[in-house]
Amino acid sequence: MTVIRRIPADPRLLGGALALGMLAVLIGGAFVGLIAEGARNPQAAWAAFDFYLLRIIRFTLLQALLSTVLAVLPALVVARALSRHPVFPGRQLILQLFAVPLALPAIVAALGLLALLGRAGFLATPLGALIGEPWPGIYGLSGILVAHVFFNLPMATRLFLEALQTIPTDQHRLGVQLGFSASNTFRFIEWPALRKALPSVAGLVFMLCVTSFTLVLTLGGGPRATTLEVAIYQALRFDFDPARAVALTLVQLALTVVILAVLSRLGADTAGDANLSVAPRRFDRPNARERMINVALLVVTVVFVVSPLAAIVFAGLFADLQRLAFETSVRSATVTSLWLAFAAATVAIALSFALLRTRHLLQSRRPGGRPSLFERLTDRGAGYVLVVPPIVIGAGWFILLRTMTDLFALAPIMAITVNGVMAMPFALRLLRPAHDDAATRHDRLCASLGLTGWNRLRLIDWPSLRRPLTSAFAFAMALSLGDLGVIALFGSDAVKTLPYLLLERMGSYRTADAAGLGLFLAALTLALMLLSDRLGRSRR
Amino acid sequence: MRNTGLTTLLSLTLALGVLPAATATAKAAENTLTIYTYDSFTAEWGPGPIVEKAFEAQCSCQVDFVSVADGVALLNRIKLEGANTKADLVLGLDTNLTTEARATNLFVPHGISAESVAVPGGWNDDTFLPYDYGYFAVVYDTEKLQTPPTSLKDLVEGDPSQKIVIQDPRTSTPGLGLLLWIKSVYGDDAGNAWAKLKNRVLTVTPGWSEAYGLFTKNEAPMVLSYTTSPAYHIIADKTERYQAASFSEGHYLQVEVAGMTKKGAENPLAKQFLQFMLTPSFQDAVPETQWMLPAAKTSEPLDEAFDRMVKPTKSLTIPSDEIAEKRKTWIDEWLQVMSR
Amino acid sequence: MNGPTIRFDQVAFAYNEAQFLFDATVPDGAITALMGPSGSGKSTLLNLVAGFETPKSGRILIGEQDMRDRAPAARPVSMIFQENNLFAHLTVEQNVGLGRSPSLKLTADDKRAIADALASTGMQNKNNRLPRELSGGERQRVAIARALVRQCPVLLLDEPFASLGPALRADMLDEIRALQARLGLTVLFVTHHPEDASRLADHVLFLENGHITAQGPAKSFLDEQAPAAFRRYMGDAG
Repeated sequence: MTVIRRIPADPRLLGGALALGMLAVLIGGAFVGLIAEGARNPQAAWAAFDFYLLRIIRFTLLQALLSTVLAVLPALVVARALSRHPVFPGRQLILQLFAVPLALPAIVAALGLLALLGRAGFLATPLGALIGEPWPGIYGLSGILVAHVFFNLPMATRLFLEALQTIPTDQHRLGVQLGFSASNTFRFIEWPALRKALPSVAGLVFMLCVTSFTLVLTLGGGPRATTLEVAIYQALRFDFDPARAVALTLVQLALTVVILAVLSRLGADTAGDANLSVAPRRFDRPNARERMINVALLVVTVVFVVSPLAAIVFAGLFADLQRLAFETSVRSATVTSLWLAFAAATVAIALSFALLRTRHLLQSRRPGGRPSLFERLTDRGAGYVLVVPPIVIGAGWFILLRTMTDLFALAPIMAITVNGVMAMPFALRLLRPAHDDAATRHDRLCASLGLTGWNRLRLIDWPSLRRPLTSAFAFAMALSLGDLGVIALFGSDAVKTLPYLLLERMGSYRTADAAGLGLFLAALTLALMLLSDRLGRSRR
Repeated sequence: MRNTGLTTLLSLTLALGVLPAATATAKAAENTLTIYTYDSFTAEWGPGPIVEKAFEAQCSCQVDFVSVADGVALLNRIKLEGANTKADLVLGLDTNLTTEARATNLFVPHGISAESVAVPGGWNDDTFLPYDYGYFAVVYDTEKLQTPPTSLKDLVEGDPSQKIVIQDPRTSTPGLGLLLWIKSVYGDDAGNAWAKLKNRVLTVTPGWSEAYGLFTKNEAPMVLSYTTSPAYHIIADKTERYQAASFSEGHYLQVEVAGMTKKGAENPLAKQFLQFMLTPSFQDAVPETQWMLPAAKTSEPLDEAFDRMVKPTKSLTIPSDEIAEKRKTWIDEWLQVMSR
Repeated sequence: MNGPTIRFDQVAFAYNEAQFLFDATVPDGAITALMGPSGSGKSTLLNLVAGFETPKSGRILIGEQDMRDRAPAARPVSMIFQENNLFAHLTVEQNVGLGRSPSLKLTADDKRAIADALASTGMQNKNNRLPRELSGGERQRVAIARALVRQCPVLLLDEPFASLGPALRADMLDEIRALQARLGLTVLFVTHHPEDASRLADHVLFLENGHITAQGPAKSFLDEQAPAAFRRYMGDAG
């Protein structure tokens, strides 16, 4: 007895399949390149598995798990506080500032943090008085954790807030009618929404912390603080040992998959009751005590996130900003950066949209039961690209393509692709709630009207997703603006980006210039977020 | 054509004017010299632009620079490209890397007399030619440290509350430099020296920039850098605040070199450039762009600030062959001690 | 329990450009249908009674009590929406239980009340189901059961059966009618269907452009003597 289930060929499925295919080619191709090169010395791959590796794995997991917990738990509370106070002056600005840390090169952010918490930092004297001896700074595990929280808490907060905003207005009405206290509201209304987002947000933060490199080395205090990413980097850069790099990358990937599988059990799949109302509005007003707690919470968070940024801005003000602004190299780097980031964000959004569309279609086709492998790949699976170090992708493709094409032409294309792919998991999470909501409302209607393809995109999806799309786009651009991994590897003077220029100046004593460029980069990111907000809001 | 899609994308990019520099590469005209180097060499304040102009004036040819992060990346790039490399010359390796570079069989002897070369210990390498050199040194902040260490032993055994920022030998050239410095002074006892020095190390950064950034942000009173670093602050910042400490055991020497590839052997411009490299037209650019010491005569004496730099009583080196053979063991030894 | 009257005393409200002014009395212990074109203010009127919106001026009286500054939970009102009446992650019993205790600390009495309410809405034996395992009609029954355990004398229905089929809708209306007769509730419900009004309502309030333009016994609305405005709305046919 055979059951033939015919699934009609649907362009929406094709999109997801193509997106996954592209990711597979990008990563698979890099591995093929590296393995082909490493095949000359295959024992090197096995040599990677020694006692030292175990120690690295332990530290990698320890710091990543702690960082994740420390960033995600407060983010839950902060996002909730922000959602409890949907209107107050400066709220929007806070959210926009929360996108800035991710766009800063790690070393710039680290110096900003140290301006606050370092041995010579702003808080060194009071902190020293507190512990009764000169403040030792935050070097060691604590420094790594502080820096990771600085990077990830704001992002996690934004993602959680996005999740809270998908709660239907009626549920808030209901809560108010039933006389929910703040804790009831949290338990019955907010927590379920947060819990649904928790595994995915925690997973994202975890992956970023696993692959953290400069922060771990700079603030870690010594080689005790060595992560797998450092070992991969060392294998490729200093020892030039592609086989070992591949082996270590696979270990990193496998560990992440296992950890995230465990993490995903934290979340409950409450999907299925997806009737969402359009504009969430809250009816509960926090009481005086809660208001005070929330205000205190927000102030602490904003101070924690904004003061390193302020330190970066402050340091930047000492630079000769006027001269910098008129330097040809700065201008062309700005243009290059913006252009590359724009293209990368386009790739990120296109990939995310294709994956979301497919995932939603697959989910709606199965009324219950377990998701297929395909669906899971389009969902969380695609996010695993984050734990493949860009240097591995870059080096792999370099090896593959070195004989067949003009390598210099490749630098911008590689940079766009890799940055786009690396920004995709963020864009995906920002877009998903709005997309799924809109798709649930529109899918049947569009099907009945025969609205498909471009017409549907233009008439239905774009108007209803315009706001989350522009915001995800700006976020993806901000992420790509701060990146320099791949560009540096391919090394071509033709594509000199702002972070690249910044590190170059730092590398030749020009610290003031570097600080000025740091300020410039932060301002550019903020401007991007403001612009996306405006574009997204108009004509709605 | 195999890469039509790519070409289309590229021409689109070019049409938008984002990649003007790539046009030069794309032309790949005859009479072009392609030099692979690291990026601070080609930066606008680096020696690259000056040198390029000077050489183009006398060869009536075009010089194309391709730059990567640093010397190590340069070597890897060459390894990756193998015989297909576009490079005629590779400029920016240092003496710690020459054995590995030679082992790629991609370099050919330069055939140039090295008698005009003026680096400590003389020069007799027939494949690579030096263009500048420097000594690693501990640079300190005079406002924070009244009595700087006077020897490596002093540094190792000194007050652990006076911190130093160093670089990771796994990822950075100066980091490897310190490892070799300590090895050349302490020999088999290097492990113990590191065990003591460890308490003075504030943190170990991936590269020179991060370390120097922490240092100038007052996070630590000492950093591992070069004897000539203070010259930058004297000449550009007009401050004598940062000074290098002179160590009685001597300082470890780093010589930066250039070499000709097999492809370059067929391009007469390559040899011409190597000769040019040892003339004042090139060497004049070195001190105040590289902040290193010239490897041959300059047309005028250096800025007087360089006279005030630490002059090592002894220059320490470990043969390149020995480094190539033992680097891994030594780094493992360092890791063992430092991660305890 | 006998439901109170609801009195709108010159209640003014504004939302964006739309202006509303309500002045009417909803009779006690009876079922009143709210009808009128989209945007005429039917849902707004319910939201004002429930306390989700605050009047610019005027008073809303339930019985003798002025509802000004009274929190939604403190009003003697239960409201059932078109959708989203249930929390997706709570069981049927828990969803109903929230009507007794917002922290779900349920006494034996509460449990008995919940069981009774579920029985009277035909939802017995489904205590441990999750909303996603229920049909649309069943979900609304659970919402009604919750309104019952709250023991509020006023019940507001914002088109709760709009998405159900005609037969099921008719059944649900009959059940509401029976509950109302048993408990003497004051029921205010929004509908677009004249047959719903004729099946269920004692009275009709007709709204246009934010004003109540006609009101009267349901019978009078549904025959030839119906007010002109209402006939226009019905397209003169019905």
